[in-house]
Amino acid sequence: MKDILKELESRRETARLGGGQRRIDAQHAKGKLTARERIELLLDEGSFEEFDMFVAHRCTDFGMQQDRPAGDGVVTGWGTVNGRMVYVFSQDFTVFGGSLSETHAQKICKIMDMAIQNGAPVIGLNDSGGARIQEGVASLAGYADVFQRNIMASGVVPQISVIMGPCAGGAVYSPAMTDFIFMVRDSSYMFVTGPDVVKTVTNEIVTAEELGGASTHTKKSSVADGSFENDVEALIEVRRLIDFLPLNNREKPPVRPFFDEPGRIEDSLDTLIPDNPNTPYDMKELILKIADEGDFYEIQQDFAKNIITGFIRLEGQTVGVVANQPMVLAGCLDIDSSRKAARFVRFCDAFEIPILTLVDVPGFLPGTGQEYGGVIKHGAKLLFAYGEATVPKVTVITRKAYGGAYDVMASKHLRGDFNYAWPTAEIAVMGAKGAVEILYRSELGDKEKIAARTKDYEDRFANPFVAAEKGFIDEVIQPRSTRRRVSRAFASLRNKKLTNPWKKHDNIPL
Amino acid sequence: MFKKILIANRGEIACRVIKSARKMGIKTVAVYSDADRNALHVKMADEAVHIGPPPANQSYIVIDKIMDAIRQTGAEAVHPGYGFLSENMKFAEALEKEGVIFVGPPSPAIESMGDKITSKKIAQEAGVSTVPGYMGLIADAEEAVKISDEIGYPVMIKASAGGGGKGMRIAWNAQEAREGFESSKNEAANSFGDDRIFIEKFVTQPRHIEIQVLADKHGNCVYLHERECSIQRRNQKVIEEAPSPFLDEATRKAMGEQACALAKAVGYTSAGTVEFIVDGNRNFYFLEMNTRLQVEHPVTELITGVDLVEQMIRVANGEPLPFKQEDLKINGWAMESRLYAEDPYRNFLPSIGRLTRYRPPVEGTTQHGGIVRNDTGVYEGGEISMYYDPMIAKLCTWGPTRAAAIEEMRLALDTFEVEGIGHNLPFCAAVMDHPKFVSGDITTAFIAEEFPEGFNGVALPGAMLRKVAAAAAAMNRVAEIRRARVSGRMDNHERKVGDDWVVVLQGEEFPVAIRADRGGATVAFADGAAMRVESDWTPGQTLARILVDGQPLVLKVERATGGYRVRLRGADLKVHVRSPRQAELARLMPEKLPPDTSKLLLCPMPGLIVKLAVEEGDEVFEGQALCTVEAMKMENILRAEKKGVIKKINASVGGSMAVDDVIMEFE
Repeated sequence: MKDILKELESRRETARLGGGQRRIDAQHAKGKLTARERIELLLDEGSFEEFDMFVAHRCTDFGMQQDRPAGDGVVTGWGTVNGRMVYVFSQDFTVFGGSLSETHAQKICKIMDMAIQNGAPVIGLNDSGGARIQEGVASLAGYADVFQRNIMASGVVPQISVIMGPCAGGAVYSPAMTDFIFMVRDSSYMFVTGPDVVKTVTNEIVTAEELGGASTHTKKSSVADGSFENDVEALIEVRRLIDFLPLNNREKPPVRPFFDEPGRIEDSLDTLIPDNPNTPYDMKELILKIADEGDFYEIQQDFAKNIITGFIRLEGQTVGVVANQPMVLAGCLDIDSSRKAARFVRFCDAFEIPILTLVDVPGFLPGTGQEYGGVIKHGAKLLFAYGEATVPKVTVITRKAYGGAYDVMASKHLRGDFNYAWPTAEIAVMGAKGAVEILYRSELGDKEKIAARTKDYEDRFANPFVAAEKGFIDEVIQPRSTRRRVSRAFASLRNKKLTNPWKKHDNIPL
Repeated sequence: MFKKILIANRGEIACRVIKSARKMGIKTVAVYSDADRNALHVKMADEAVHIGPPPANQSYIVIDKIMDAIRQTGAEAVHPGYGFLSENMKFAEALEKEGVIFVGPPSPAIESMGDKITSKKIAQEAGVSTVPGYMGLIADAEEAVKISDEIGYPVMIKASAGGGGKGMRIAWNAQEAREGFESSKNEAANSFGDDRIFIEKFVTQPRHIEIQVLADKHGNCVYLHERECSIQRRNQKVIEEAPSPFLDEATRKAMGEQACALAKAVGYTSAGTVEFIVDGNRNFYFLEMNTRLQVEHPVTELITGVDLVEQMIRVANGEPLPFKQEDLKINGWAMESRLYAEDPYRNFLPSIGRLTRYRPPVEGTTQHGGIVRNDTGVYEGGEISMYYDPMIAKLCTWGPTRAAAIEEMRLALDTFEVEGIGHNLPFCAAVMDHPKFVSGDITTAFIAEEFPEGFNGVALPGAMLRKVAAAAAAMNRVAEIRRARVSGRMDNHERKVGDDWVVVLQGEEFPVAIRADRGGATVAFADGAAMRVESDWTPGQTLARILVDGQPLVLKVERATGGYRVRLRGADLKVHVRSPRQAELARLMPEKLPPDTSKLLLCPMPGLIVKLAVEEGDEVFEGQALCTVEAMKMENILRAEKKGVIKKINASVGGSMAVDDVIMEFE
């Protein structure tokens, strides 16, 4: 009997070694942790329960039957993050370079099916050379099986991908369909075709890092939502994100004890808006002063910085924030910022996370670059996302809300629940100068007249009261009381129920 | 007494004067420029008059505008503060003409003390010790030696036309005086075409020590002892204290009496300051007299209990001084740190902008029997503008002894929260912990000698690191326990927050075990030593007041990626608190060199270059403004990401740039 128990232990020991000590050392030498070490960091200590530890591949081609390591290059199972259940898979680069085989894929599919059924997030730690070439189409089938589950899980449970090594070719499309992708700087890359193929086909010479490193994907392509210095930092910060997210779409966002007064007054916000309407200010200051404990988890902070997206808590509960950033491109909407914010709004709506929108938007960015790039359709994504969202929506207009961009930014007309404006708000079709140039074209030669007309326009429209008279603004509030007003607004919306008409699904302008 | 006074100044000193006036039941009038529309002194005053555009030479120092404001408001007297019009004789005269009282000395006193040569002459005549020297023509080397012998070595041999150290020699004996004279003369002739040379006493180990005097219009004059202002950076005082750790009673008395003699000699009334330079042997020499309230007057107030502003107003009103010299005793010790909006990490480059956070320590008596006083003219959400002095506040502490005053200052600095701009708070804190400063062994060369490379942060000593490690471990435990109480957790399978942690800071690891109880936590180190940590800190508080083994410790703490940022005592630390397993795995992580930021300044947005703030060949510091790009009618200032030299500028003012166009290149 004892021997049998011992055998289990020895089998486990072998399985835990993955590709063997030599390969583990090589992994460490590259500044990377092993699949199991990563899981240890991601989950609460001692909470990991592994599935399919002894699964081995079934390939018999190319002499593969000689080498059938237990686990087959991926560690799967479940555990807790601060006591909340999550499912996890972590690819083991020390076993066949983490390549995906039929059985490797089956292991991932198994935990994904369980995650969907049991309503818990899926965290994927990617570190894989790609398809198991020896298995051919069976490997490709495995990818597709994972893809299908990513799609089915989307909007049901949060899915987070952390790219911690190579992720190339078809493999990229699984993370691509998850809710958030994070990368580790200098040791991870993602691309559909690698530098060699690029060179052969297009003669472009580019390194893997340039083509698909963390910098590329957080700043240029926006494929990734954030990047971190190393494996340890990445996993600690992913734990922090999980603290913000509901476990599934049937649950309210999590609440945790908080140490901040919901009615906290911030006098300094009364002077946030500069006297000169063309002087930028940092919208992040407002976000941090509204948030519980000044805690803000920013998503895509290096991309389309003219809009800010991320999570805060109010009275301990998660709230998604979308805010124009006057420091960058005057906070205007353009293709990139619309796409970035639209995707964020849809994530929040899918998972019942209330949305706070802070508006200072002078309009859409003009130019051929924008029009040729399809700003019409991309801008429409944000409009669509706000309009279809049924979660509590609270909006604060701090300064400019001009033109169509006013409509887009969670306006009252898009079923905004609470639309506040600061006294400094200017809600108008456009700025005074532009408006006067159109309205009084015949007087353009007369500087004095135009100046008087501009002043008239400013007096009439450069304020929140015209909109407030029409009920498009529910209340004009003092900047210093923003946290109190917004907290109370969301508190009053805790039981909000709103359903859209039945449809198979909508047809958002993708 | 006056019913209403006008304060012809701004910032902290205007606020300071308003406070005393209010206490005396006098109404106050503030004046303000466009840039100060929302300034604190305007809010504090009973009335405020707008006097013009932001530059001081179009507002605060335009006599006519101040006179208009006086007429408009019917103020009976004017307090000029310091700077601006405080030592302007024309202003004093203009007030006199209109029958408005100037809260300051009579104009002849301002005039005679305003000129360096005249003031020195008057001082000499009044029996005040001046730097010995010979201003006449020196014929040859032998005469130079003779004069030097008379003055006493060391002497400084200086070209009359000299500057920048050219034609200057220091001689410690006759031989050196002879050689120095010859070489200075030659150098002066070659450099300036003027070989006139003069010789004066060279003051070794110089300290800047000044005497506060107060005189009324009835012939009474007292001195309120000295202030030591040797801690200066490029002639800008940074830290002052009273009394001086260097003076003995005899020297103090001699200096005080000479200062009063000078004041009497010029018919001085009101508060004034006589500045001396003091050498290593306590020889003191007159430098100049400041005929106004000094910036650093609070330290004198703290050790004498006299409200100098109140006395100035009373003297101006013709009242006699309510005390005699023998009533003025030195009580305890006072320190002052001048908080400047100058970034010490960027070579003290002025830093302007919005104070996103400004929380000075609470004023008044402290827990340990000391006093904290903060003279300030700004508030949270206010703006530090480019137009005026970059001083944010004068933080003063008092204690029964010098050591106590220093300790109060350390805590007060650690408690002072200023965010949004760069400031010299960490530097002041570094001085407070500097052994030479602590021992009182300072000269005017202290900063230049002790911080020759500028300020590069503080490395905390081992004992302090352990305290911070213990505090961080205890705080992190509180934060982690809260995290484990999030909703939606699996019942009965909650996360148990462990007791063993590894704190990593300043390149060192401290494995600790925490035992928490009702009152706090006991943190045991690997060597068996334990520290008691008590605090009411909760996550999100930016200031953590902690008792470590009963000793107060104040940390500025904020969350940073993967850990915390902790600031205290001038140090700025990234702190990680990890479980033993996390720590083990973290050790496997590669040490990454900071990325080599590109040597190009790229245009971040399509826009128009409206201003270039630098030229090719300029040396720039991290954070320095390089150029301004206007986009969407908004001006965006692009700043240097690191220190460097501008190699080439590709853009020109008025030129339009696309995203990622190269604006300039660095060497």
